[in-house]
Amino acid sequence: MSRTASRLLLAAAAGLAGLGIVSSSASFGGPGASAAGPTAQPSVRRLTESQYRAAIAEVFGPEIEVVGRFEPDMRVGGLAAVGASAVSITPAGFEQYDAIARHVAEQVFAPAARPRLVGCAPGGEDPAGAHCAAAFVGRVGLKLFRRPVALREVQAAVARTLAAAQRLGNFDAGLQATLVGMLTSPDFLFRIDLPAPRGPAGAIDGYSKASRLSFLLWNAPPDDALLDAAGKGLLDRPEDLRGQVDRMIASPKFVDGVRAFFDDFLQLRDMETLSKDGLIYPGFSTTVAAASREQVLRTITDLLVDHKGDYRDLFTTRRFAMTRALGPIYNVPVSGSGWSMYEFPEGDPRIGLLTQAGLLALHSHPGRTSPTLRGKSLRETVLCEQVPSPPANVNFAVVQDVNNATLKTTRQRLEAHLDDEECASCHKATDGLGLSLEQFDGAGQYRSTEHDEPIDTSGKFDKAAFAGVPALARLMHDSPKVSQCVVSTAWRYASGRDTGLADRPQLDRLNASFAAGGYRFIDLMRTIALDPQFYAMLRVPLTRPATTARADSKSQDRS
Amino acid sequence: MTSPLSRRSFIMRGALGGAAVTVGVPLLDLFLNDSGTAFAASIGGGRLPVRFGTWFWGCGMIPERWVPKAVGTGYDLPPQLAPIKPVQEHVSVLSGFDVMLDGKANLPHISGNTAVRTGEASETWQGIGGPTFDVLISDVIGSGSYFRALDLSLDGNPQTSYSFRNGASMNAAIPSPVELYQKVFGLDFHDPNTADFKPDPRYMVRRSVLSGVAEQRRALLSRVGAADRARLDQYFTSVREMEDKLALQLQKPPPAEACVRPAAPVAVRGDITDLGVRKANHKLMTQLLGMALACNQTRAFNMSFDTAAAELRRAGDTTGYHQSTHEELVDRSVGYQPTVDKFATGSMEAWADFVSTLAGIREGDGTLLDNLFVVAHSEVSFAKNHDVTGIPVMLAGRAGGKVKQGQHIKGAGEPITRVGLTAQQVMGVPVDSWGRGAMRSNRAIGEILA
Repeated sequence: MSRTASRLLLAAAAGLAGLGIVSSSASFGGPGASAAGPTAQPSVRRLTESQYRAAIAEVFGPEIEVVGRFEPDMRVGGLAAVGASAVSITPAGFEQYDAIARHVAEQVFAPAARPRLVGCAPGGEDPAGAHCAAAFVGRVGLKLFRRPVALREVQAAVARTLAAAQRLGNFDAGLQATLVGMLTSPDFLFRIDLPAPRGPAGAIDGYSKASRLSFLLWNAPPDDALLDAAGKGLLDRPEDLRGQVDRMIASPKFVDGVRAFFDDFLQLRDMETLSKDGLIYPGFSTTVAAASREQVLRTITDLLVDHKGDYRDLFTTRRFAMTRALGPIYNVPVSGSGWSMYEFPEGDPRIGLLTQAGLLALHSHPGRTSPTLRGKSLRETVLCEQVPSPPANVNFAVVQDVNNATLKTTRQRLEAHLDDEECASCHKATDGLGLSLEQFDGAGQYRSTEHDEPIDTSGKFDKAAFAGVPALARLMHDSPKVSQCVVSTAWRYASGRDTGLADRPQLDRLNASFAAGGYRFIDLMRTIALDPQFYAMLRVPLTRPATTARADSKSQDRS
Repeated sequence: MTSPLSRRSFIMRGALGGAAVTVGVPLLDLFLNDSGTAFAASIGGGRLPVRFGTWFWGCGMIPERWVPKAVGTGYDLPPQLAPIKPVQEHVSVLSGFDVMLDGKANLPHISGNTAVRTGEASETWQGIGGPTFDVLISDVIGSGSYFRALDLSLDGNPQTSYSFRNGASMNAAIPSPVELYQKVFGLDFHDPNTADFKPDPRYMVRRSVLSGVAEQRRALLSRVGAADRARLDQYFTSVREMEDKLALQLQKPPPAEACVRPAAPVAVRGDITDLGVRKANHKLMTQLLGMALACNQTRAFNMSFDTAAAELRRAGDTTGYHQSTHEELVDRSVGYQPTVDKFATGSMEAWADFVSTLAGIREGDGTLLDNLFVVAHSEVSFAKNHDVTGIPVMLAGRAGGKVKQGQHIKGAGEPITRVGLTAQQVMGVPVDSWGRGAMRSNRAIGEILA
């Protein structure tokens, strides 16, 4: 760096007050983990794709496009939010982040956006642009890194910017390169807790609290008001924390947070690669797939957020979000464009989430239904049970000959398979639920017969026999497993890790308060957001990391 | 500041036609290609690199219809292998190499695949302990070209990849020929055969930005727990690889006689789960891969023709390949499952296409395939009961003269880790044994070594 540049830098650094730049670097980069004691570990979570997108929108505005393929999220224990604590970034993944970042930076510096997003330029008192660069790095860095940028970080960035500007003969090109660096830095791509400068060991600082809170409630980084509260230490004060939580839940962004939770919980992302045989299901298309995913999410937020509803009612609701693309799948008239709510009449086979086309199609084969996949997904997601993988050496010979003259329906063929005790132990658990949904085909369309044989939708849910889907829906609604499952899933989602025995008292408390409040999902989110445990660092025994995460198999045998 | 070339590279100055350029040549190539033929296959005074790849197909085969009876060269081609006839001289068939589960459960379509790839059966990919052998190889040969490796899937899903650094770190696939083209032959592509070369200062700036990112490594690593330290360290390794790549962009690439920048591909129309459409998609991807190799854009690749538990189908059928393996009745008149047979044979047709495409690219005195080593494998032998004994493997390419082609070798129950070990040794990984427990082996498959 030239001497002139150094002088400019010092001058710039002198005027940084109010730009989100702190002159002390004590709280960053120090050996925080050891200060907090060897057993308390900050969480390190990679931003998910949707969080990355939300961050760019928060910092630069929704008109900035994020184009490119992200390194895939990984599910652990069924949740990408937990997998985010296990993944890193591969070389090919980093390349993608770099390419996405360059495209974002180009748009920020494009003539249309530049005045609003950059705002300053070299000239006058600031001939080389050092002050401008410092101001930009401080302001954007605070938002991207979700914490103030330390003075030495700003200095390094300004020096690099000026050197790059000189090399490229253009200030903007230099600052643009610096922005790419910020967008590919670990401070942006990972959410890494900082220890609290004061207070008990294992506590995280206000900015880290703000991040946990906003990614939980909004699936997005903190806004200005939350960063401001963090900087003033207000999040350490229960009444101020409550005020922030209430503000955030009242914000329209809360819907995004709830959507993100259910998208992860119900693994709806898989809809993106779902394909169906075009000859067997001509009504299905990628447009229908996307609309089906949206329908699930809109139905959920209509009930849980707009109507502040009871989570359990998701299983019995007849109020479905509807759009024109789904009309043919549901065989209902849809007028107008966009989305509206459609109420299925009493007695209609469509009742609750289980009968929505998205989930039905997702857990089917490309050319036919799969009671096993449907049952397995219900057991594993909605009921938080674990279904063992099938044994390797299974004889399927007589099972599912779809042209079998005597075993005409899927139920008859599957039941033949249950003669084998080893198979039966799991298939009774999965197929019993899945078979009751057989009135919906592999694309989620209603049918009353299969090969002219009427479809039997009776079954057993745990010990209770039921006749038809509405009865099953009611059993699900009333099952404590269902409500406890959403609680434990929400807690895992919030904490970014799988739960163990040590979490039992915490889950018991959450379950009790969820039930006492009438199973309002909003209240569950609020309770977690106000819970001191939510802001604690993970305590790890000195010997071994405690996270023995239950890993999901990537490619299960789909039978 | 890191050196402009990766530490695994070797600087060869002025060797290329007297041009005053600095070219990164991986150290190992200099030692590996010391069999006379490799020296002969040279361009402009430099040697052709030896590349490595894997080719994966799902759901294995029907042993009675795939395994040749005769061993050695000139082996017979049972019906499912018949499609490889035009390329048989290039292909070695390995049968009878087993996965030992060491008392673990056989997790359908996962145990066999993890065992072939990592040397130890695992119940999930995320539970694997170490890298897959392709990663061990690309770590050695991958630097010095723009892409350490290209991971490719033909089912449109980036998650279809069997290349892992560890359980939490899968090398996601490029899921379409169009994306592969943009990535390799897009804006960052330098045609190695253009006469003029001027380093673009933007690459210097991008490198300097990344070294700024990398400077945070030590401070960040000191703040987190051991497991997270490993994750962040991996991130910083990725940053450094990007820096190395940008350094390469500042040097004139060595000429590559066989390199012709291909035209942008037009996406294959139709449902890519359909076998016919899939094969067309595969052909397109293979042609682009061939040029990516010939143009020295990468030295390592992994190609998945389909998933383990193959999702392939034929349009209009309610039952796909994988379901058929379990559910289709054996046709007593012929003694096997006819639909399964068709899909297995179709997979071999794709493999034959793959080999013949790469053998069709002239390079030096031979072809691209001569300077390549490919391991093709599946995740089971007989899919109907998820058998992991005798998982089928095929090899193609001469690895710059180190490998003899065109033989059938019977494993007779030997561990399949011998395949991964052999590949590593052929490609210059300094390893004398590989695999865990009963799968550990220190014996390369000597029959194929020249």
